[in-house]
Amino acid sequence: MMKKQVTFRVFRSHTGERPYASHPRTESSVGKMSDYEVEYDEGMVVLDVIHRIQAEHAPDLACRWNCKAGKCGSCSAEVNGKSRLMCMTRMSDIMEETPENEPVTVRPMQGFPLIRDLVTDVSWAYEMNKKMVPVNGPDKLDWEFNQNEADRIQEFRQCIECMLCVNTCHVIREHEKFDDFAGPRFFVRMAGLEMHPLDTESRIPQIKEDFGIGYCNITRCCTEVCPAGINITDNAIIPLKERVVTEYYDPIAMIARKIGIKR
Amino acid sequence: MYDYECHEHDVVVIGAGGAGLRAAIEASSMGVSVALVCKSMLGKAHTVMAEGGAAAALANKDSRDSWKTHFRDTMKGGKYLNDWRMARIHAQEAPDRIRELETWGAVFDRTREGRINQRNFGGHTYPRLAHIGDATGLEIIRTLQEKGVHMGMDVFMEFTVCRLFTSSGRISGCLAYDRQRGRAHVFKAKTIVLATGGITRCWSVCSGSWEYTGDGHALAYWTGAEMGDMEFVQFHPTGMIWPPSVRGILVTEGVRGEGGMLRNSEGDRFMFNYVPEMFRKEFADTEEEALAWVEEVISDKQATNRRPPELLTRDVVAKAINSEKAAGRASEHGGAYLNISWRPADQVRKKLPGMYHQFKELAGVDITKQAMEVGPTAHYVMGGVKVDPESQESTVPGLYAAGESATGLHGANRLGGNSLSDLVTFGRRAGLYASKAASAMDTWGEIEEDEIQNGIDHMMAPLNREGGENPAAIVHDLREMMQEKVGIIRTREQLVEALDDLEALRVRSQSCSPGGGVIYNPGWHQALELEAMIDVSQMCALAALEREESRGGHTRDDFPTPDHDSWGKVNSVITKDSDGNMKIEHRSYPPIPDELKQLLDSDDLDGDS
Repeated sequence: MMKKQVTFRVFRSHTGERPYASHPRTESSVGKMSDYEVEYDEGMVVLDVIHRIQAEHAPDLACRWNCKAGKCGSCSAEVNGKSRLMCMTRMSDIMEETPENEPVTVRPMQGFPLIRDLVTDVSWAYEMNKKMVPVNGPDKLDWEFNQNEADRIQEFRQCIECMLCVNTCHVIREHEKFDDFAGPRFFVRMAGLEMHPLDTESRIPQIKEDFGIGYCNITRCCTEVCPAGINITDNAIIPLKERVVTEYYDPIAMIARKIGIKR
Repeated sequence: MYDYECHEHDVVVIGAGGAGLRAAIEASSMGVSVALVCKSMLGKAHTVMAEGGAAAALANKDSRDSWKTHFRDTMKGGKYLNDWRMARIHAQEAPDRIRELETWGAVFDRTREGRINQRNFGGHTYPRLAHIGDATGLEIIRTLQEKGVHMGMDVFMEFTVCRLFTSSGRISGCLAYDRQRGRAHVFKAKTIVLATGGITRCWSVCSGSWEYTGDGHALAYWTGAEMGDMEFVQFHPTGMIWPPSVRGILVTEGVRGEGGMLRNSEGDRFMFNYVPEMFRKEFADTEEEALAWVEEVISDKQATNRRPPELLTRDVVAKAINSEKAAGRASEHGGAYLNISWRPADQVRKKLPGMYHQFKELAGVDITKQAMEVGPTAHYVMGGVKVDPESQESTVPGLYAAGESATGLHGANRLGGNSLSDLVTFGRRAGLYASKAASAMDTWGEIEEDEIQNGIDHMMAPLNREGGENPAAIVHDLREMMQEKVGIIRTREQLVEALDDLEALRVRSQSCSPGGGVIYNPGWHQALELEAMIDVSQMCALAALEREESRGGHTRDDFPTPDHDSWGKVNSVITKDSDGNMKIEHRSYPPIPDELKQLLDSDDLDGDS
C-alpha cells in the first residue's frame, strides 16, 4: 500500500492548568502551533492523521469526534484555514491544495472559545437551542401531510449541528454578536419549524427582535461550508427575511393586523 | 483528600442516545428531578449514526401487518432466545412511540396518502421501518434532544461515569469526571438508568463510534448486576471495506431493502445458496421472482412475490459473505459487491442520500453507477444487563437499563430497525419506572466518603504513573485480538487463547501512562475505558466458549449447527462472585403462553432448522 510522509502543524494549548474557555484568537498566550511528522495511507482523512498523532506522538492531543462518517458533526476544525469536518476531509484533497514543502495546518474553530487544543466551547449553541419554540401541531397522534411538504423541511432537518456555519459567519466570528444573533444553524432550525405544514406557532417577532436576522447580509459563507449540503442562505434565511418583511413592512399586512386579521 | 462537586437528583440517566433521552423525557414528565449525564455532546451519541429506520407495525404501507407479525418476526430473527415478554411489549407499543415523535417535531418520509412511510428490511415480513431517507437516527436523536431541552432536566455533557455506588444493596449514586474542566463529580441518585449503548469498539472492524466501549455493561457488572447473552454479537453484513481508513463504517440495510443485490467475484448472486430451512418458504427461489418483488414494492403495491434472499436476517447474510470469501470468491478487497445502480440514479439519491454521499466522499465510488464493496462489521451486542421486562429494572435494586445496554428483546440476533424502536419503547419504560420508584423514596442513600475517595484515586491513577505504554497501543492490540479470536466464526482453541490474552492485556493496562493533564485528555480517557473494554470482552469470550452450538450472532466452527435440545432454550447469565471472579451459568425465560405460541412457526420450535 502507498505510504506517504506529511507534516501536520497542529494547535496545542500550553500544558498545565489553564483558565477554562479562553479565546483562541489570543493564540500565543494560550498555546502554539506544533509540528508532527507522520505517515499516511491511501484513503485516509484528516481525522485519521490526528488519531495517528495521538497514537504515536501525543496521547493527550485533544480533539472531539464520534462517528467518523460525517453524521454527528463533532470533529469541526479549521484545516488549512478552512472550516471543515476532519472526518470528511480526504488527505488526497488536502495534499492537492497544500503547497509543496508546506505543512498542513489544523486549528480549532476560531469563532468559539477554546477549551483545549482542537476542542472549543460550543455551549452557546445549546443555550440558543433552548430558545427555539417547539412545533405546535394537532393533538392527535397520526399526522398526515404529503412528501412535497415534508421535502421542504427535511432539508433543514439534515443539519448535524457541526457549527461550521456559525464559525464562518462574520456576524459571530468578527462581531461576536452571540447575544443578539441566532446564527445560521438556528435560522435553519427556525425555517424547519416555520415551514412545518401542521405548525401553528408564529416565531416571526422573535426572529426579527431576539434573533436579529437583519444582521445577516447574505454573504453565503455559511452555505459554502455546510457539510450536509443545506442551502442555508437561499432556502432558510432569505424566506425568513421575507416573512419578517411581510409581517412588519407590508402596508396591507399591517392594516390587516390592525383590524384583527391574522396573516 | 480529593476535591469534588456533589449533585442531588431523583433520577440520573447515564447516556444521551435514543434510550437515555427518551428515559429522561419520561422521568421529567413525571415531575421528578432528572440529571442526564453523557460522555459526548448532546445530540452526538451513537443513535445519530442509525440509518435505515425504526420498526413499528403501523401497517401504513401494508395493511396485513400487525403487532402479532412483528412479535413473530422478532422471535424468529432472535432464534427464540428472546425474552418473549419484551418482544410482545415492543411489538405492541412501538407504533405509538413512533407516532409520538412526529408530535415532537420529527418528519418521517410519507406514503402517497400522507402517512408515515415504511420500508422493507431483513427478517420483517412486511414493510415496517419508519424512516427519513437513510438518516433516521439523526432525526430521532434531534427530535428527542429538542423535546428534552424544554423538559427542565439538567444535562451534563462530556461527563464520563466511572463507578456506581450502592448503599445496603440499593443504588445510591455515581462518580463521574468532567472532561472539559477535569473535575470529579458525585451524583446522588434515588434511581439510575443506564443507557450507555454497546461494546463494539472492542473489535477492530466495527461500525461503532468512540463511545462504544461497554461502559454501562461494565458499570452494571461491577455493581453486581446479572449480565445476559453476552456471546451474541451482531456482525452487520455490510460495512465499508475500502479504503482501509473507512473499514467498518456502516452501509445501511436499506440498500438491500431498496433492491440492492449481493454478488461475488464471479458475478454470482450467492445469497440464493444460503437460505436456511426455517426461512425457505418466505424467500424467492429465482432472480426473476426476487426482481418481481422489488418491482412491486417500489411501485407501492402490496408484495405478492417472495422477497429476495439479500433480505435474510443479518446473521445469515454476514456468514454467507464470510463463506464466499473463504471459498475464494471475495471481491477485490475481501468482501462482496453490493449493487443498487440498476435503479434510476435520482431514486438512489433520494432514498439513500447518506450512502451516496458517504461512498462519493470517502471511497470515490458513485453508487448510482458502480457497485459498493462491503463486508461484515461488528455492529451490535444483543447481550447486556438483564432486566425486568415491564420496568427495565436490573437485579440491582434502583438500577435500570434500556436500549443496547440491556438484553432480552433481541435474543440471539437483532432484526434491523428493532433497535431504534427498542430505544424509544424501553427508554420510556425505564424512565417511567425509575421515576416512580424514586418518587416513593423519602431521601437518598448514603455514599461513604471512603468509597468516593477510592473511586477518584482509581480514576487519577493513570495520570500518576510514568514510563508506561501509550494506552492507544493496548486498545489497538485488544481490538485486533478480539477481531481474530472472538470474531464472526469462533473455535474453542481461539476462545481459550482470547481469555488468556485478556489477562495479559489487563496487566499491561494497569501500568499504562497516558501523560498530560486532567483537562480534555483523550489518552487518560482511553486508559480509563480500557478497564471496561477488557471486562466486557471477557464476558463475550467466556459466554462464547460455553455455548457449544451455532445460533444467531454466535457461530462456532467446532459446533457449526444449532443444538436445540441442549441450547435452544437457555440463556447465559454472567455475574461477579464474592471473590471478584467472573462466573457464568445458564437459565431459561418462563415458557411462552399458548396464545403467543400460536403466533410462532411451530416447525421452528419443535423440529430442527
